[in-house]
Amino acid sequence: MTANVVNILMSGIFHAAILFLVSAGLQLVFGVQKIFNLACGSFYALGAYVGVSAVAAFTTAGGPPFLFIVPLALAGILVGSVGLVVERGLLRFVYDRDETFQLLLTFALVLMMEDAIRLTWGTAPQSTSGLYLLYGQARVLGAVIPVYNLIVIAASVLIAAGLGFMLTRTAFGRIIRAAADNREMAEALGVDMRGVYARVFTLGTALGTLGGALVIPATAAMSEMGIELIVEAFAVVVIGGLGSMRGALVGALVVGVLRSVAISVYPEIEMLLIYLIVIAVLLLRPRGLFGGAAA
Amino acid sequence: MKGRVVLALAVAALLVLPLLLSPYRLLLMLPFMAYGVILLGLNLLFGYTGLVSFGHALFVGIGAYTGAFLTHAGIRSLEVIVLAAAVLGAVAAALVGLLCVRYVKIYFGMLTLAFGMVFYTFLLKFYRLTGGDEGMQVLRPLLLGLNLDAMPKTTYLVGPYYYYCLGVLVVAAAVMWRIVHSPFGLCLRTIRDNPVKAEALGVSVTRYRWYAFVISGVFAAVGGALLGPPTGNVDPTLAYWTHSGSLVFMALLGGFASFFGPVLGAFVFIFLQDAVMSVVPYWRLVFGAILAIIVIFAPGGLMGFFARPRPS
Repeated sequence: MTANVVNILMSGIFHAAILFLVSAGLQLVFGVQKIFNLACGSFYALGAYVGVSAVAAFTTAGGPPFLFIVPLALAGILVGSVGLVVERGLLRFVYDRDETFQLLLTFALVLMMEDAIRLTWGTAPQSTSGLYLLYGQARVLGAVIPVYNLIVIAASVLIAAGLGFMLTRTAFGRIIRAAADNREMAEALGVDMRGVYARVFTLGTALGTLGGALVIPATAAMSEMGIELIVEAFAVVVIGGLGSMRGALVGALVVGVLRSVAISVYPEIEMLLIYLIVIAVLLLRPRGLFGGAAA
Repeated sequence: MKGRVVLALAVAALLVLPLLLSPYRLLLMLPFMAYGVILLGLNLLFGYTGLVSFGHALFVGIGAYTGAFLTHAGIRSLEVIVLAAAVLGAVAAALVGLLCVRYVKIYFGMLTLAFGMVFYTFLLKFYRLTGGDEGMQVLRPLLLGLNLDAMPKTTYLVGPYYYYCLGVLVVAAAVMWRIVHSPFGLCLRTIRDNPVKAEALGVSVTRYRWYAFVISGVFAAVGGALLGPPTGNVDPTLAYWTHSGSLVFMALLGGFASFFGPVLGAFVFIFLQDAVMSVVPYWRLVFGAILAIIVIFAPGGLMGFFARPRPS
């Protein structure tokens, strides 16, 4: 019984760790640029595919399988640079437009990236074979948990702490919060918004691609994974509150754990439950649990 | 005046098209006309009221599954199906709208998206009732009480069914034209342009938004009911959020600032998609690029090249 509960909880927290990374990127971009980036799920999918390829290249080049997490994480972070291309090449044209157009532009990205991924990697699911349990399994209160999951959870916690540190303790973080609060004022005080937007969007993208890369040993990469994840990330930010980092953390835990509980108790209501919570939150607290807080 | 001539020519062209086009192209006209009805409704919300729904596929799904359920229950009259879809669409939109219209902009979009996904998940997960991801079969409906089962499928679709859809589209357009050009339509535009002023002038903003939401839900459900018979099948992707996104895409493509723009958008979307897919399977790549170009360079859509800036 305990073992079962621990199992369900831990798989939920693992999912939450990944969800947090993607949602944190979404929140950062929304907080500063006021753009709800539907493509963050697509970045996640891209990270997953690039992760698979990087690990495959690493092992065929004779790298020790034990170190697979290094090329995986590196690939996940580096491919985040597409964010820079997207921001400079597309998004910067619509900053002063109605948010409908911004939303639709990110929807255009969703469409393009889904097919770009199919074009590059084909339609068959891609996976890394036999690396998931390479680090062994840990026994926690009778439950057997892959150590890899624990590593990802720890990494996500570290990143959350790092983001918190950056936002509250560094000069760049202060600029981000200022820009999120009042763009004109920040600009008037001499902040180069162009640069801030480019960096924020790239950082947001990298969080998404890293999330995608890290999930890869546990599940196969599929071309629909992006559009499926975005609705979960969307649930996370609504529950937590748009633009709030703390909200992303709490929201990810709520969605991740609830989903995992629902799957094992009553699979039919899995996502239904999440959406109903989203609707309840939007109706009762439209700004989310942590809405209104600084980015 | 010029507009009326163009309109008359367009309707005349649609009437004689079955004599000119190949059955293949005519079969593509069927989803176009269904989407035309849906888009007329969506644009009351998007173009005229200024609310962007990212969950409109919910009502399309309701209409489509109404057809599937009713034909299986032995009720195969398309009039009854369309009517039932309209009623169910209205009921669903009334309930969802009640909760959504208090919000605008991104929150409205998110809330509608969430409701759309609730329905999608329901369709997907309760497979005993809905057939899950395989969806449900739609039996051939009776048109005006006529049983046309003896006809070969294509003959049925490009003949009687084509004209039936055209009839629904024309009626839908006429009704929507009346709505948009009534004092009610004027109120909606006032709300879009300046909600504070509208409220001050005595227009109940949330109530009018709700009316617009319900009307557009009805149109979406009616269009959805017409989508099923041509393929003979409906599945949950009809209610998925990307489908809602495609609907907004069509509106933008044609130009949401004009009455017929979104209908034109549906036409171009469907035929262009077919043209692209006959060359490469990656239509999303091409369409994503088109959408990006429209958003950045031509937010007025196709109609924007030769029409007024906003519906008036």
